[in-house]
Amino acid sequence: MDIFGIPSQALFGQLLLGLINGSFYALLSLGLAVIFGMLNIINFSHGAQYMMGAFVAYFLLNGIPIPGMAQPIKLGLNYWWALLIVPFVVAAFGIIIERLFLHRLYNLDHLYGLLLTFGIALITEGLFRNSFGSSGLPYRAPPQLTGGYNLGFMFLPTYRGWVVVFSLVVCIATWFVIEKTRLGANLRAATENPTLVRAFGINVPRMITLTYGFGVGLAGLAGVMAAPIYNVSPQMGANIIIVVFAVVVIGGMGSIMGAIVTGFALGVVEGLTKVFFPEASNTVIFVIMAIVLLVRPAGLFGRTA
Amino acid sequence: MADTTADTTITASSEPSSRRAEIVAFLFMVAILIAAPVFIYPISVMKALCFALFACAFNLLIGFVGLLSFGHALYFGWAAYICAHAAKVWGLTPELAILLGTLSACGLGLVAGSIAIRRQGIYFAMITLALAQMMFFFALQAPFTHGEDGIQAVPRGKLFGVIDLTNQTNMYILVLVIFLAGFLLIYRIINSPFGEVLKAIRENEPRAISLGYKTERYKLAAFVLSATLAGLAGSTKAIVFQLASLTDVDWTMSGEVVLMSLVGGLGTIFGPVVGAFIIIAMQDNLASYGQWVTVIQGIIFVLCVLLFRRGVVGEIANLLKVKL
Repeated sequence: MDIFGIPSQALFGQLLLGLINGSFYALLSLGLAVIFGMLNIINFSHGAQYMMGAFVAYFLLNGIPIPGMAQPIKLGLNYWWALLIVPFVVAAFGIIIERLFLHRLYNLDHLYGLLLTFGIALITEGLFRNSFGSSGLPYRAPPQLTGGYNLGFMFLPTYRGWVVVFSLVVCIATWFVIEKTRLGANLRAATENPTLVRAFGINVPRMITLTYGFGVGLAGLAGVMAAPIYNVSPQMGANIIIVVFAVVVIGGMGSIMGAIVTGFALGVVEGLTKVFFPEASNTVIFVIMAIVLLVRPAGLFGRTA
Repeated sequence: MADTTADTTITASSEPSSRRAEIVAFLFMVAILIAAPVFIYPISVMKALCFALFACAFNLLIGFVGLLSFGHALYFGWAAYICAHAAKVWGLTPELAILLGTLSACGLGLVAGSIAIRRQGIYFAMITLALAQMMFFFALQAPFTHGEDGIQAVPRGKLFGVIDLTNQTNMYILVLVIFLAGFLLIYRIINSPFGEVLKAIRENEPRAISLGYKTERYKLAAFVLSATLAGLAGSTKAIVFQLASLTDVDWTMSGEVVLMSLVGGLGTIFGPVVGAFIIIAMQDNLASYGQWVTVIQGIIFVLCVLLFRRGVVGEIANLLKVKL
């Protein structure tokens, strides 16, 4: 069966690939949006923290290398444990960063936050590349999620279907917490007027720290989910983060919904471009960004600043 | 650059003694640069000079208009490609090749700038970065850039058809002249009425608008000037090293030029020059440590942002209570 002269297997295959990439764009830009909302900082180390998530999952399964020790410490914790533990480990790392460095920058121009997190990204990626080289490490999907289903028009590998569904659930849950619960209301109020919210007895600095931890944790979670699909490599964050920035600009930074919807949509657009005009697949998101900026400078879902 | 209280890195005071300090510092710099190739490997100095001009061009935007461009490698790298292609394939003389490279950067600056200035602050940074990355992928695929190999063995040729640039001394003099011309042009720009408007936009854009300035046009003009000068630096680099490659357009290059300006001092005139020499010296001496260079650069980034926001030159200027 052909659609527009393209075999349906190839078309749906690329659509699925696009949806998977879209899941990662959505999770990462969601984390960026949450952090930006509370801290007004563009977390340039988001890509590095995503990469850390994948590496921590790899360590949990294959052993934690300790400098100076011949044998890594074997834990043998599988994918499911990683899914549970990694976000907390990476979030803890984020919280340390926030307490040590970022909180000193809040009364300065936002650009310094960008520069500082850029420095942290360089350090993290440099350290991982020193230790593990540039070639990727394989990480196998859990046995429960191997194999796939024949849907008639295409073959759906179980793990990839799982990634799309699970990240959608995480995204919607985050959206729900921020837009519909009391905690989210406090959070949104604190971004508007931190002094007033403090007067209500809410510990705003702690909220800021935890929000950064949560955003970074989302990046770590995305890293675990990415590990079985892509190789676990030090560059994986650097490659994706700039695309995610473009997604963020297109969606409009103020909006949680914007991050989720544009994340998935642009993944799909990228996938379709790969089918119809492969040469442009790397640049299509940036082209869309340029067009959106010309028409709606605040982004598709953003409020005009 | 709004709501900065304790931060004086960007805001410089203009005192009467400052002009004299600037002249002394300029003459000092020229003297060092004339003497430098006697003591240091000339190629290293030329490399540092190209990057110094690049950093000065970048600093024109962040330091004097308050716009952080995170994609300046775009203009540097593409000018290098165009210049290298013109010199090698079209057989143009070096001055024409450099001119063509610089003009191409000017055109790119006009296109990218008119898109990017529609947003401010960190959005501006992200947009410039994304546009630069788009052009990176373009450079990766376009046939004339030769992908991963880059354009190699670019002939240095004869300047104006007469002066042989394969002679290291001639090449050095040309690079020095180009650098000083670019440096003085930037100095002239920021001390002109146009430059004063740019500083006003940096300090308080809404007020500049209410005074009747079309700030978008001023910002675009500054962006194009900065891109053009970055292109001049890139073109010169392509002739000196006889090479234009993907590293020139890569986003890590954009990060490096930010680092150079930050180390030297954002918004100071001499800062980017000092910063470029420090970073290039560091890279050349630590090259054998491989990826540790990245780690060290990251640590310098963090330290500069946390402790030395004024940068080397900014701290010195602050101690001496002059503008540098």
